[in-house]
Parts: sequence; structure tokens; C-alpha cells
Amino acid sequence: MEQAFFLLFASIAVASACGVVLLKNPVHSAVALIACFIQIAALYILLHSPFLAAVQLFVYVGAIMVLFIFVIMMLEIRQATLERFLPGSKYISLAFSVVLGSAMLWLLFSSPLLSQIPPPTPSATQGSVSELGQALFTQYLLPFEVVSIVLLVALVGAIFMTHKGNG
Amino acid sequence: MVPLSWYIALSASLFVIGLYGVLSRRNVLIVLMCLELMLSAVNINLVAFSFFLSHLGGQIFAIFVITVTAAEVAVALAIVIAYVRHKGSLKIDEISIMKG
Repeated sequence: MEQAFFLLFASIAVASACGVVLLKNPVHSAVALIACFIQIAALYILLHSPFLAAVQLFVYVGAIMVLFIFVIMMLEIRQATLERFLPGSKYISLAFSVVLGSAMLWLLFSSPLLSQIPPPTPSATQGSVSELGQALFTQYLLPFEVVSIVLLVALVGAIFMTHKGNG
Repeated sequence: MVPLSWYIALSASLFVIGLYGVLSRRNVLIVLMCLELMLSAVNINLVAFSFFLSHLGGQIFAIFVITVTAAEVAVALAIVIAYVRHKGSLKIDEISIMKG
């Protein structure tokens, strides 16, 4: 049952990822990427991490992709969509990606260590929001604060760069 | 129970698809989108290992990756808007001089 759901989500995710790369109109690419992110959120629920699934939906679909679609609609894109691919490098990069992907999959399925990982014993509290919050605010407090400063700097930088006088 | 190797295989294939998009597409916005796809593929890996090893570090790292991605997208789109306002082009092979 779980495997059937995994295969469903994974196939939709891979198909929409191919759509992101191959579609001509950037708006269509953005919508395909939204579909892919929703499938990834579903996979997080299969992995017993509902908080991360919610964060994925809120941040990626709710904030990042809306920002992308906003920018696509704000900019004049007609001339940029005439040619999809960089001239000359299409087949080289395809060959490079295929070689890298097959190397990764070969390493994955030939590795003896991966099958030695015992199957997890799902407990009631594993991956729960309270456990995650406790770890985030005790053991990982310093990176948490640093990340908030990173967000603040990005906010100020984005406002500064899009300000009219600095174009 | 879905085996761990399936998650890693899915993550590897999404990463490679995103990499192909980054290397070959001409529109800078789609290059950024493919970058998001690659980061998401890495996140699947982190969460899968966090679940199978019963360790929270992977999930917390994934949260940090998502946060840094949000910051990166905001800054990158601001750069794109400033560039397009200045030069009027979205083609990535024409963006070779960043001096205003």
C-alpha cells in the first residue's frame, strides 16, 4: 500500500520535473514545479515528518513559487522564450547529466552498506512537532539564530536591489 | 514499508533532471527554478535518512535548507529584476557583465 503511494507520488514528481525542464512557457514550468513540490510534500508525510511537509507547502508553494510567478508576470518574457536551450551546449549537458545520474544510481544499488540499515521502528513521538521544536531550540539554537539573521540580510538586500534609485 | 534506496533513487533522478535544466536552459528564471528542484531533491535525501536512522538532525537540516533557499530566491529574483530593468534581457548567456 505504502509502496503504491510512493510509486504514484514519485512518478508524478519525476514527470512534472521533466515538465519544468522541457516546457517552453516559464509560467507552465512554474506550475509544473508547484506540482512537483506538492508530490515532495506528500513524500514527507510518507516519511512521518508532517511538520516538514507543511513547511514545504507553505514556503515553497506558498511563498517561493508565488514570487516566481509574480516576477514572470512582471517582466517582459516574450523574447527570452523564443529559444529554450543554450546554443551548442544542449547535448553536452544532456550527456553529462545522464552519465552523472547513472553513476549515482550504480553507486546506490551496488553499495552493500545501504541494505544493512535496519528498518526503523516508528514510535508515536518520532518526528513529531514537539520533539522537533525541542531539538531546534536547545541543541540547534545557534544555527537557528544565524538563519534568522540570514533571512533579515536577504530581506534588506532584496529591497535595496529592487529600489528604483539603485537600478 | 518503502525501502530507503527508493527514496535515494528518486532524489538522485530529480537532482539530475534539475542539473540538466541548470546546464541547458537559456531563461534565467527557469535556471533558478531548476536550482530549487535540485535543493528539494537533496531535502528528500536528508528527510529519508532522518527517518530511517531515527535521528532528528536530517529534518532540522532540511528546515535550514528550506530557509536558506527562501533567502536565496528573494535575493536572486531581486538581482534578476534589477538586471532586466537595466539591460532588458533574460538570456543567461548574455549575463556576463554584472557591472551596472
